Amino acid sequence: MGEMEQLRKEAESLKDEITAARKAVQDLTLQDHVAGTAVVGRVQLKTRKTLRGHLSKIYAVHWGDSKLCVSASQDGKLIVWDSYTTNKVHAIPLKSSWVMTCAYAPSGNMVACGGLDNMCSIYNLKGKDGNVKVMRELAAHTGYLSCCRFLNDNEIITSSGDCTCVLWDIETGSQKTVFAGHLGDCMSLGVAPDFNTFISGACDFTAKLWDIRDGQCRQTFGGHESDINAIGFFPNGNAVITGSDDASCKLYDLRSDQELITYQDSGIMCGVTSLAPSLSGRLILAGYDDFNCNIWDSLKAERVGVLSGHDNRVSCIGVTPDGMACCTGSWDSFLKIWN
Amino acid sequence: MSSKMQSSNNIAQARRTVQQLRVEANIERIKVSKASADLMNYCSEHAKYDPLLMGIPASENPFKDRKPCTIL
Repeated sequence: MGEMEQLRKEAESLKDEITAARKAVQDLTLQDHVAGTAVVGRVQLKTRKTLRGHLSKIYAVHWGDSKLCVSASQDGKLIVWDSYTTNKVHAIPLKSSWVMTCAYAPSGNMVACGGLDNMCSIYNLKGKDGNVKVMRELAAHTGYLSCCRFLNDNEIITSSGDCTCVLWDIETGSQKTVFAGHLGDCMSLGVAPDFNTFISGACDFTAKLWDIRDGQCRQTFGGHESDINAIGFFPNGNAVITGSDDASCKLYDLRSDQELITYQDSGIMCGVTSLAPSLSGRLILAGYDDFNCNIWDSLKAERVGVLSGHDNRVSCIGVTPDGMACCTGSWDSFLKIWN
Repeated sequence: MSSKMQSSNNIAQARRTVQQLRVEANIERIKVSKASADLMNYCSEHAKYDPLLMGIPASENPFKDRKPCTIL
């Protein structure tokens, strides 16, 4: 038992070291820095389009480019939408209707989805005969698939209720790297703008930054008091934004290795389900369990707008790559495009 | 699982935890003042290109329905 006790003491000592090292670089807070900056003016976005067609709760939406997006619903369908016209470009029936996530490949050639089937299914949108078919079923997770994101047409990262994330080779269907370390279900992931790292948020209340190529967890961020459901990179890749069941969002800076800001309000008591930064990062749009989406000034941590219009939980949100609009998806079965 | 296997698993896990904490403790950290300044600068440099922040003229909004024109 001697070694166990020694290791426990060493772990505690290292945790204290990390806390001290973070404090040592806190020469000023972000709040001090932005004290002289004005809060942005009220942001009033209008619903420009409503995408109708799903028959059940929408769980995920992801933009492919600034016009096409893919949505996943527990009606057992993936729908690829032309958001300018509201036309359905593809309506893909799924083998398992218990879908929790979907993703569009950056190339526009493929989409992926997964959920309670514990698998990530890859669909080729550009097949020769025009039909959309399953190209690969990536199976190895022992828990539900909560999120997936393509790196390119041959690599995809998944997060799972089995507490791991995995980098897959799509061609061979094999796991290239398993990212283990979280102590609770992994709920969400985000890939860095430079594609070298990714972040994961989990039910152990922490977010982790991972090196994609060597599989190493580089940093772990705590502070949330409940499950992290949503995570995303600040546009310059130097900070991470998380959304949690504790009703708050937080911004963690990667290079100073600490939390800089919390976005919360005593009037908000329900969980954050989803989030997306605007193009400049100045606005953070976050979806909540109370059917609304709040817009935060990311530097001043004040609410500057609300998107209301859904009749049920906002489960997913995404901003187009060109920053021109955001899309919200809801358990009310509709997607709305706002700007 | 025998209790010997279990305790050696626990030790292996504890060793991994310590190893991971060592990696995380040893990273370089920049000052919060620099991190904050860089975040602020990024926001202000890119604000003018942020449509949701600046607003979008109707004529440039691909999501706004074009109203039909009537020739009088």
